[in-house]
Amino acid sequence: MNLTREEERILAGELGEGMKTAMELLVAIGDAFDAEKMIPISRAHAASSGQEGDMYFVELLAKGGAKCRVPTSTNPVYDIELFHRLFKVPKEEAEVARRVMEAYKKVGAILSWSCLPYLTENIPLYGETVAFSESSATPYVNSVIGATTNREAAQSALAAGVMGKTPLYGLHIKENRKGTVQIKVEASLKNSFGYTLLGQFVGEEVGYGIPVLTGIKKRPNTEELINFCAMSNTSGAVSMFHIPGVTVEAPTIKDAFQGDTPKESITVTNADLQRTWEKLQSARGGKIDFVMLGCPHYTLKQIGQTAELIEGKKIHKGVAFWICTSATTRKLAERMGYVETVEKAGGGIVVDTCIDEPCWTVYRDQVGMTDSPKCAYYRRFKDVIVASLEQCVEAAVKGEYT
Amino acid sequence: MKNEDVKLRCHKIVGGVAEGEALVSHEPICFYLTDPKTGIVREKTHELAGKNLANKILVFPSGKASSVVQIDGLFKLAMHSLAPKAMIVKDVETVLIVSAVLAKVPLVDRLDADPFEAIHTGDSVRVDAEKGIVTIRKQR
Repeated sequence: MNLTREEERILAGELGEGMKTAMELLVAIGDAFDAEKMIPISRAHAASSGQEGDMYFVELLAKGGAKCRVPTSTNPVYDIELFHRLFKVPKEEAEVARRVMEAYKKVGAILSWSCLPYLTENIPLYGETVAFSESSATPYVNSVIGATTNREAAQSALAAGVMGKTPLYGLHIKENRKGTVQIKVEASLKNSFGYTLLGQFVGEEVGYGIPVLTGIKKRPNTEELINFCAMSNTSGAVSMFHIPGVTVEAPTIKDAFQGDTPKESITVTNADLQRTWEKLQSARGGKIDFVMLGCPHYTLKQIGQTAELIEGKKIHKGVAFWICTSATTRKLAERMGYVETVEKAGGGIVVDTCIDEPCWTVYRDQVGMTDSPKCAYYRRFKDVIVASLEQCVEAAVKGEYT
Repeated sequence: MKNEDVKLRCHKIVGGVAEGEALVSHEPICFYLTDPKTGIVREKTHELAGKNLANKILVFPSGKASSVVQIDGLFKLAMHSLAPKAMIVKDVETVLIVSAVLAKVPLVDRLDADPFEAIHTGDSVRVDAEKGIVTIRKQR
């Protein structure tokens, strides 16, 4: 890799140990992909997680005096005070979370603790070069916004944020952004849960690749695209996709494949999505202990929909009901009266966290219900039922899923 | 076959030198699905299910699963000194590179022969990522 004089000096440790560590990681990645050089980025999103691997790296940078040179947002961890009031969080786990959050503050990151930073706290524009980790963020930023990012890890995104640079490889190069497989959508996608199942199916089928979705009749909305991104990049590794006429780099199917004809195509029918749905269930039905919504974080619109569904009802005794969202979204939800409606029904809206955090260990041996296959995938609880928001609310009120 | 060492060139991704017994997986690996206290693969449907990857020279096609769990998985193994001694892969992706850098495990790719034909479980293998050479000593 060709490094500039400044980059060489950073690598030699002249600007501190923190910068050196970040540069070493970026150079290792650049060398692995035969990148010719580093290119500037305008922003980054580090999928911080409050786990030990995450703590090790961010503390190394913080102790070494590194500071983010470009806006760098952070993923959910958890509010230790709040969870200590709710349940018992193991002391060692809480200590890891506390240290992670402190270290991200020290490196000057945006303390968003949100997995949808691209909607509110750290928004790329079309054509920007960025480094965004997090399953929904990578494909959303590439496909829906048309900024360019690779499928970053938390640490490579943080290193890029600290350096203000990333190696030139992968999806930063136009030829690598062309479709690899056509997905002929024959399924009807009646509601937003349809996009969740479609994402799950496409990720499983494609693995690594850039799917091009054709045959979609109604334009998907923001939430449907977020869910498609999160699921396809969890069940598979879909960093980018095209929907001709919808996503920005593909006005036509020809643009999606950059003039080539698709080598492979997969058809997806209602029956395929039904099978995908059935495979997600680890419990057949019956009594549930809790409902977990907001993986990825619920938007204001989704919280509003939930409030509308639950207004005037009571969540069944013994069933917990949680919505995860960002601090900024909750503030607006409070103002709109959604928080009060959900709390009156017996539910809660919690910020800065995610089901994949150790603060939820209280549900480890229980049966949960969620509208998110990604939430189910983490397997932080005994059994899981995945169904639409409407079905989740209905089951929460009845105390069982039938 | 004569008792000769086979030397193959490789491409260094994460540096270091290590020597040990090869463990070959034809399926991608997620380190989160191994027991961090023993190194035993817990993923029931995996071809390495029940096998121990601790301190082996691990040969596999690529990593898999979300970045957070993959990195935490290898890092936890490394904290217990149970990470593979070195990793030889066919396809690299960013997440696997970051995992190897953090856990300080030498990682190489682009062997000048198909690693799945050249290396078999039980072979004695030396990975010199610095010089870009993998040496294979067939099990007698």
